[in-house]
Amino acid sequence: MIGALGRWLGRHAHAAVSSAGRLARQPFGTILSVLVMGLTMALPLGLNLLVQNLRSATGNFSGAIGISVYLHQDVTDDKAEQLAANARARSGVARVQLISATAALEQFRKESGFGAALEALGSNPLPSVLNITPTADGAAPAAVEGLRRYLAAWPEVESVQLDGEWVARFSAILEVLRRVLLLAAALFGAGVVAVVGNTIRLEILNRRPEIEVTKLVGGSNALVRRPFLYTGALYGLISALTAWLVIAIALQLLQLPVAQLAQAYGSHFRLAGPSLREVGIVLGAGTFLGWLGAWLVASYHLAGIEPGAS
Amino acid sequence: MIYFDRVAKRYANGREALSAVSLRITPGEMVFLTGRSGAGKSTVLKLIALLERPTRGQVIVNGENTGKLPNRKIPAFRRRIGVVFQDHRLLMDRPVFDNVALPLLVADASLREVGKRVRAALDQVGLLGKEQLRPSELSVGEQQRVGIARAIVSRPPLLIADEPTGNLDPVLAGEVMNLFRRLNEVGVTILVATHDVHFVRESGLREIVLEGGVVAGSEESLPLPPLQAHR
Repeated sequence: MIGALGRWLGRHAHAAVSSAGRLARQPFGTILSVLVMGLTMALPLGLNLLVQNLRSATGNFSGAIGISVYLHQDVTDDKAEQLAANARARSGVARVQLISATAALEQFRKESGFGAALEALGSNPLPSVLNITPTADGAAPAAVEGLRRYLAAWPEVESVQLDGEWVARFSAILEVLRRVLLLAAALFGAGVVAVVGNTIRLEILNRRPEIEVTKLVGGSNALVRRPFLYTGALYGLISALTAWLVIAIALQLLQLPVAQLAQAYGSHFRLAGPSLREVGIVLGAGTFLGWLGAWLVASYHLAGIEPGAS
Repeated sequence: MIYFDRVAKRYANGREALSAVSLRITPGEMVFLTGRSGAGKSTVLKLIALLERPTRGQVIVNGENTGKLPNRKIPAFRRRIGVVFQDHRLLMDRPVFDNVALPLLVADASLREVGKRVRAALDQVGLLGKEQLRPSELSVGEQQRVGIARAIVSRPPLLIADEPTGNLDPVLAGEVMNLFRRLNEVGVTILVATHDVHFVRESGLREIVLEGGVVAGSEESLPLPPLQAHR
């Protein structure tokens, strides 16, 4: 049992090593193919980073989203305090600032210079206002809308006003971009499969005599196919690494100008690179796509190569 | 070991290479297959190695009916037959060692076993010490012997050879034929297709003559040997 497993591992190790050796012996062709596939993979990867960075940049704007809740004029200051406490208890709410009618009047009197006119009114014309700031999670368009409805349903509430609606629109645009990204990833993935497939097809044609002789001495289709599958998977892996490298270089080049731009707006925003998990996904996906391209082509072509044909 | 019963082979291009060949080779025999070019010698060998399937009739090799063997069993079937070609079909970009080791590698032998057997096979054909050379660095006769080493390295019970001496001078041809005789003496069944009539007559071994798609001088049907069962 151990011996069989060892031989199985040995067989695969041999196929992997000889495939790697073959790629290394044709550096020019290998580099060209890898560049094509690496740049192809870099495009969706870069788009993904763009979306993520825009999202985290606008995450900093979540402070710009606010909800102003105007209460009916007959709501007392005590009642307003109680409503503010209720609003604070709601999830998705980071901060609630109550400006009671009395406080508002006081402030208006001080700052506007219309103090005398207000005296003449007799009663306080200003309502109490709750200024609500959502949490980062609560700043998503759907969450904000939910909160708005919740507040508007209170009987003491006169009206609810959203501030910073442009942020919500921007989030919607990001969502569209994210969809575009998925589409692009699918298309470029298909491109990688096609490029690997074509590379493997040429390789099969080049190695036809070897394939024939191997089949002649009793090599099975699986055995003949194995090195090509490893070659495809290696192409995919190296291309994914190349894509990552391209992205890393692009990030380095953009880091300084982006930081300067952010500083001009008083932000400490910095470009984020791909996380370890994302790098893992890209390397895994690249390897799989390479393997898939090789499998499709090898399964199709190898069945047709029989030693008796010549 | 090899049994043909009224075997016909028509190729896709319409040429009928064999029309009704019946022959029988018993285990341990060494037999020559002769006949003019185009008489069907190569076709007989291709049918034995299952490079082709018969159009009509039965071909039974090592107890397997090749007309009915499922495709997935062809690799295992071929591993029990050593094949030597006139053009030797070596991989010119690989060292001698790799060429000879190929049948062992496809059969999953351990690496230690491979090294041992490859050296033993090269020793038998007199090429020990040339493992790391490429076939292009060898003479034609040496290349042919590498091809023979590859055919015998996995010790198949049956060896078939298509014009193995076709490119060799008489001295080298004699050496190759003697090599086959030595292999036959240790129990390998051997079928050699050749037009080297001189050596055939001198050897005193059985000769099957093909003529116009049939075996000359025998038309009778032969009794069927026992078959392996297939699901």
